[in-house]
Amino acid sequence: MRLMAQIGDWFDRRLQLAAPIREVSEHPVPRNTASWWYVFGSAALVVFLLQLVTGILLALIYVPSGSEAWSSLQALNHDVTLGWFIRALHGWGSNFMVAIVLIHMVQVFLFGAYKFPRELTWIVGVFLLLMTLGMAFSGQVLRFDQDAYWGLGIGASIASRVPFVGATIVKLMLGGPIIAGATLSRFFALHVFVIPGMLIGFVCLHLLMVLKLGINEWPMPGRLVKKATYATEYHELTKKDGAPFVPYAVWKDLLFAAFILLAVAACAVYFGPFGPTGRPDPTIIQTVPKPDYFFLWLYALLSLLPPSLETPALLIGPVIAILALLLLPFLSGEGEKSWRRRPIAVLTVMLIAVTLGTLTHLSGFTPWSPHMNAWSGDPVPERFVHGATALQRQGALVFQVKQCRNCHSLGESGGQRGPALDSVAVRLTQDQLIRQVIQGGGNMPAYGKNLSPAETTALVTFLETLHPAGQAPARDASRDVVLSDAQEKRPGAQP
Amino acid sequence: MSNENLVSRRGFFMKMGILFNGLVAAALTVPIVGYLLSCITRGRANAYLSWVPLGPVSEFPEGETRLATFRNPYVTPTDGKTADTACWVRRIEGEQFQVFAVNCAHLGCPVRWFQQSSLFMCPCHGGAYYQDGSRASGPPERGLFQYPYKVQDGLVTIQAGELPTPGASASLAGKKPSCA
Repeated sequence: MRLMAQIGDWFDRRLQLAAPIREVSEHPVPRNTASWWYVFGSAALVVFLLQLVTGILLALIYVPSGSEAWSSLQALNHDVTLGWFIRALHGWGSNFMVAIVLIHMVQVFLFGAYKFPRELTWIVGVFLLLMTLGMAFSGQVLRFDQDAYWGLGIGASIASRVPFVGATIVKLMLGGPIIAGATLSRFFALHVFVIPGMLIGFVCLHLLMVLKLGINEWPMPGRLVKKATYATEYHELTKKDGAPFVPYAVWKDLLFAAFILLAVAACAVYFGPFGPTGRPDPTIIQTVPKPDYFFLWLYALLSLLPPSLETPALLIGPVIAILALLLLPFLSGEGEKSWRRRPIAVLTVMLIAVTLGTLTHLSGFTPWSPHMNAWSGDPVPERFVHGATALQRQGALVFQVKQCRNCHSLGESGGQRGPALDSVAVRLTQDQLIRQVIQGGGNMPAYGKNLSPAETTALVTFLETLHPAGQAPARDASRDVVLSDAQEKRPGAQP
Repeated sequence: MSNENLVSRRGFFMKMGILFNGLVAAALTVPIVGYLLSCITRGRANAYLSWVPLGPVSEFPEGETRLATFRNPYVTPTDGKTADTACWVRRIEGEQFQVFAVNCAHLGCPVRWFQQSSLFMCPCHGGAYYQDGSRASGPPERGLFQYPYKVQDGLVTIQAGELPTPGASASLAGKKPSCA
């Protein structure tokens, strides 16, 4: 024990770090901040450290080359002892990191912690969020598989829409005219050197400010932030009602961090690593690329926005969102901190959460995409053709063969791009069915050039049978009325 | 008492040092920026805009649309399979062709050809195109990208070294096909 103390003294005489470390760890924090609500920042830091360690471990095997990256990931998954586990830890760690950073941000927002004097801490935090998302995207690229390849294509398509310099940005992003070896190499440099370097710097800055300015006190309704008096009030609070960070508050951070690490490890063991999916071979086009979960909402949004709004939304939307986040502490740097007195803040968070949640949920079953194999894989359920005439059955055949099924479901199987046709005959009359099939419209392609008159007749005859038992199909009742009206009113017909 | 107008020897050398570093930094910036931007400038005119053969005309029956693959004319040693690209070749009749990029004009996902319904469908966001490449439905704002082609010595050749994207399609024969 004496020897240990002597060695410690020897080092401290040279490093002189013991006193500042003691000062930092024992700095007083407001007593009520020792709360489970305050553990997300430290949890994000711990997951970040996990990512650093597992990232370095993966780099021991991974080959950042367009021709070999995929095989080296296969080797990690199957040949290297516990390679799969390190990959899974890194992959799940990234998911957890995005989630925890977002939760941390929501907590800071709802607790008014971005207000004076912590504006810069918030702004640095916004950049940390952007870098975290940058790491998430570039990490997905390093998993150089089909999803990564086509994901890059989507990124390039978005970047190309920037006016004037779009094409240049695409080449800069891809490192050449196509997605290839150079693309992977530059995303490797981004993911392994550039962004982590910036992250480490910004995390240090973020932490330094938390220490210098003190942790945000628990917001009390009615206790307003005023620039003139805040510093004294906070000082009073920590002096009168403060407790040393270690050990008073730190144990919750420690427990939660360990719990999160355990959760990441549990997910890694249970669910395993992410991919890689198919080889990044652009000649294999039988693929349905999808982004990782934190970008699924964007994937959904891009299919639901009206085409004309898409480019402006893609180019202006992020700028507005980032500006809003950066300007937030300047627009409401004083005043009420408590979420109990900030209904708009609470509603904003709820609205964003519900929006992102709904879009992410929708992207799980992509109702906007045709089911590419429905026409050959999902037969027309028997009840729809039971007792049908020869012509109706021929129509059912046309319905399958012409891939109508890829977009229209029958008996709850098939695509959801267009409306389900189980009871289409109730909605559309014969004339309307023919018109819709031949001319398309309402987001349906026109089949006029592609169906012979006989095929159209058969198809529509089949469609006319699609109505629930006991419910009559639509009949053009107006025709009789119009005809009789026309006869009556012929002299004074409307223009 | 020091005169404020007088520059001390130390101060002068420090300023000289800063100036010298600035000059060296500026001189080094030129090659560094040149290196970073080389992916935009290099090979622009020739390499990846050269003509690539897709195969003999006889491989593409009249009135049908077939998938063809080619290797990008601009290849680096680490490209591996990514330098191979697919395209849809539609032979209308005789030597009249349409060569479409597989990339959807919406966000670049690979579209698939359905011969029975004569439609290209995209698996990502549900874009659909008619057989002549014009937009049928869904989010794309235009028809499929077309590569310039010519028939040379009985071979279908195309000019296709660049990833077609909605914004950068000017270099491709991006004339909008007429509506079907």
